Amino acid sequence: MKCGVVVFPGSNCDHDAWYAVSHNIGQTTEFIWHDAPKLGDIDAVILPGGFSYGDYLRCGAIARFSPVMKAVANFARDGGLVLGICNGFQILVESGLLPGALLRNQGLKFLCKTIELRTESTNSPFTHAATKGQVLNLPIAHGEGCYFADDRTLDELEAEDRIAFRYKTNPNGSVRDIAGILSRERNVLGMMPHPERATEPLMGSTDGLVILQSMVSALAATSK
Amino acid sequence: MSVITPDIIAAHQLTAGEYDKIVSLLGREPTWTELGIFSVMWSEHCSYKSSRLHLKKLPTRSKLVLQGPGENAGIIDIGGGYAIAFKIESHNHPSFIEPFQGAATGVGGILRDIFTMGARPIAVMDALRFGPLTRESENPQTGARNARILEGVVSGIAHYGNCFGVPTVGGECVFDPSYNGNPLVNVFALGVFKKGEVFYGKAEGIGNPVIYVGAKTGRDGIHGASMASAEFTEESKQKRPNVQVGDPFLEKLLLEACLEAMKTGAIVGIQDMGAAGLTSSSCEMGSRAGTGVEIDMQYVPQRETGMTPYEILLSESQERMLLVAEKGREEEVFSVFRKWGLDAVTIGVVTGTGKLCVKDHGQIVAEIPNHALANEAPLYDRPHTTPYRTAPMEAPAFDNLPTPQRALEILISSGDLCSKRWIYEQYDYMVRTNTVEGPGGDAAVVRVKETGTSIAMSLDGNGRYCSLSPREGARLIVAECCRNLSTVGALPVAATNNLNFGNPERPEIMAQLVEAIEGMGEACTFFETPITGGNVSLYNETLGDAIYPSPVIGIVGLMKTSVPAGIAFRNPGRSVILLGGLGTSDRIRFGGTQYAKQIIQSLWGLPPALGMDYEKRVQAAVREIVAGGLAESAHDLSDGGLAVALAESSFGNGIGAEIDLATDLAPEIALFHEGPSRILISTDNAAGIEQIARKHGVEALKIGVTLKEKVVIRNRAASLLNCDLDSLRQLWEGSLEKLLQS
Repeated sequence: MKCGVVVFPGSNCDHDAWYAVSHNIGQTTEFIWHDAPKLGDIDAVILPGGFSYGDYLRCGAIARFSPVMKAVANFARDGGLVLGICNGFQILVESGLLPGALLRNQGLKFLCKTIELRTESTNSPFTHAATKGQVLNLPIAHGEGCYFADDRTLDELEAEDRIAFRYKTNPNGSVRDIAGILSRERNVLGMMPHPERATEPLMGSTDGLVILQSMVSALAATSK
Repeated sequence: MSVITPDIIAAHQLTAGEYDKIVSLLGREPTWTELGIFSVMWSEHCSYKSSRLHLKKLPTRSKLVLQGPGENAGIIDIGGGYAIAFKIESHNHPSFIEPFQGAATGVGGILRDIFTMGARPIAVMDALRFGPLTRESENPQTGARNARILEGVVSGIAHYGNCFGVPTVGGECVFDPSYNGNPLVNVFALGVFKKGEVFYGKAEGIGNPVIYVGAKTGRDGIHGASMASAEFTEESKQKRPNVQVGDPFLEKLLLEACLEAMKTGAIVGIQDMGAAGLTSSSCEMGSRAGTGVEIDMQYVPQRETGMTPYEILLSESQERMLLVAEKGREEEVFSVFRKWGLDAVTIGVVTGTGKLCVKDHGQIVAEIPNHALANEAPLYDRPHTTPYRTAPMEAPAFDNLPTPQRALEILISSGDLCSKRWIYEQYDYMVRTNTVEGPGGDAAVVRVKETGTSIAMSLDGNGRYCSLSPREGARLIVAECCRNLSTVGALPVAATNNLNFGNPERPEIMAQLVEAIEGMGEACTFFETPITGGNVSLYNETLGDAIYPSPVIGIVGLMKTSVPAGIAFRNPGRSVILLGGLGTSDRIRFGGTQYAKQIIQSLWGLPPALGMDYEKRVQAAVREIVAGGLAESAHDLSDGGLAVALAESSFGNGIGAEIDLATDLAPEIALFHEGPSRILISTDNAAGIEQIARKHGVEALKIGVTLKEKVVIRNRAASLLNCDLDSLRQLWEGSLEKLLQS
């Protein structure tokens, strides 16, 4: 896998994503600056966590207008893998690549802890190496992670098996315990928990590896 | 522009004698602008005029210390070609006036101190002191105000650190009426860089351009340094405009831009604009290099119109840096800052005059020798008598004591000893994926990816002990901090200190400061942890009431990167060993304990007795035990003594312990005394631990075995307590939220 990690002004998990993909699963990884008009020769792109553009106005609301997001949208349309983590998920919903919105946590406070996540759909390039119902221990660290969408959208997500992950114990008030969702074509995943923070024993969990490794093997399968 | 009267001098918090010194240094009366400059540079906050004489008593050197006090931060060699920069600073006064922004800008200020040296910040910790919260306060209104201050401070720290992208990995939080009118917010930051790639705040090279980068200058924070050098009065709330407003996003951009600009090789010197803003950065940079600095106010990027040179010079607007670049290479620097969307403009030039020359549209408004500002500040040997104390020496009657079990429940539900999860879950303590041990342990551990080693760090500062004896208390603080590091397996190597005290013009308060510095110096010498920098915060008084003498120490230790043992018991059926032994105490030495505070609700006598030599050997033993993988868990005994440490070790995995003591001490003393030099260990290799203990000449007392879901303690077969772990843990975990409710 050749992976690109987008760097917006204010991204602060960009290096963590780069480190997890390059060191912990040994894949080629490069940074992509936010004003890049093209993504270059890559198979997958990660929109990392952080506070892009200071989260001014609304999380992700300014980042969606960044030149690189046009390229990301084109990349997604052409079937490229797009993984949005935390602020990256917020940017994906703001730019319409995924439905719904991310509101302030129900408790109105930033929340950093390791939570249990249930794998709901294994029918995606990000989750096929996991088993359905597999519980992953992943960290969350967000103030605006309360997923919201209207009932029709939620019913549609469920009917199309596009809810990738649910919280076992809902930490932020997300509707229907949703922690991560897929695009209709299943090549875009947005999730609030941080898989890159759980990719070696020193981090306290290695449960994030299954997501990154799913991407690698999915790409290997399609290139054959 | 106006005649300088005694009233104006007093309003600038300068004494008549200090004013005379200014006149003699200048050889004339100062201008209005010059008076403003002197007032901030000679403030207690910037000049350390009351403490400097005594700070010289602290040890500052070792073979690992690359940079001691006097720079933006101290620097330590960590091996493998890398070094760390670290320092602690207070933002007490602003946090009382405006808790959210006060704390946020406290974090911002110390982060700039670290990255201005070229180091990338990788960890932050906070030492916090507040008055008691709603349910613990004698006065509901005061308690509610303390709760609001706590909530504001915590969300301010979270706001700044989380957005900037530095993990807040630990700290401590204590409540006492002594901090009702004077909360303490001390922020520690640590950064890492390649050895030899350090940058200093030096304006070298006559003719080199002086460049301003970062945020625009506004009217916020004018005279913040002077505010931090006075007691609070009823009028203090009017000083709210003196508190700065922080923008962590801008600081994140400034960090990346500065580190990138440093790589160009075009930067000669760089300094952040912290307390006293543009004034201190320019005159200190000139003073260090023995040069002059000439700047013109018309070029300074300004947020509002009509600012006077006086306001521009004294503004403490955040997220600004001053740098000196090589002449002719300005464009290399500008292009980096442009990339990050930041202002960077040349505002002046390095000169050979040795003077700070401030112009406004070409007209000189201030001209002062740099060394007069930075190095000629008054130095006071303030009178000091015996340390202020109100506590009696004799213990009160121990009447109607609760059962040990009830006492443990009260202690672990108190604000001081309950779980601080409510606080630390608001901090991103994992960003950068280096956090090996986060909040809740004895010490935080952050790995350095480049070297395969880790940095352990801890903050400690027991004000109750210091109120009983500043000298003994300060020694105990250093010993505890080193013990915390040793318990996670790290060798303590260097320290930074934050000295929070009352009004030094009162001889009995000055005596607290002097004795605490001397005690800290003795212990830091003995434990081989030189002080590489820090901060002094005086005048922590409101309406004449001083805080407890509250020195806070931050010590860093080095270790090989590995998964830590942690404080929690992991398996049932393991031996429980008290390394260092049960220790001893008496009623006099019991007067500063949490039991005295929470149960007897009094303070008396002396702090626990410390044998520094024994302490050092216990620490060496535990380091060897932990590094050798012999401990399944290790937790040092401190506040609340043996019983509280046992409870804390039991909460993590639902594994408690059955303890059998054989002691003649009264139950409350045996279970809750806070004698130092003790570490609680669980192990499946008791013999191995006993052998190491023997080698170091310390006791390794086997006191029991771990078991599921219970904490049981007996003395000579008589039951002292028998707790269900689950209900105990619920008290401990939920307490802080309950205390915050009105």
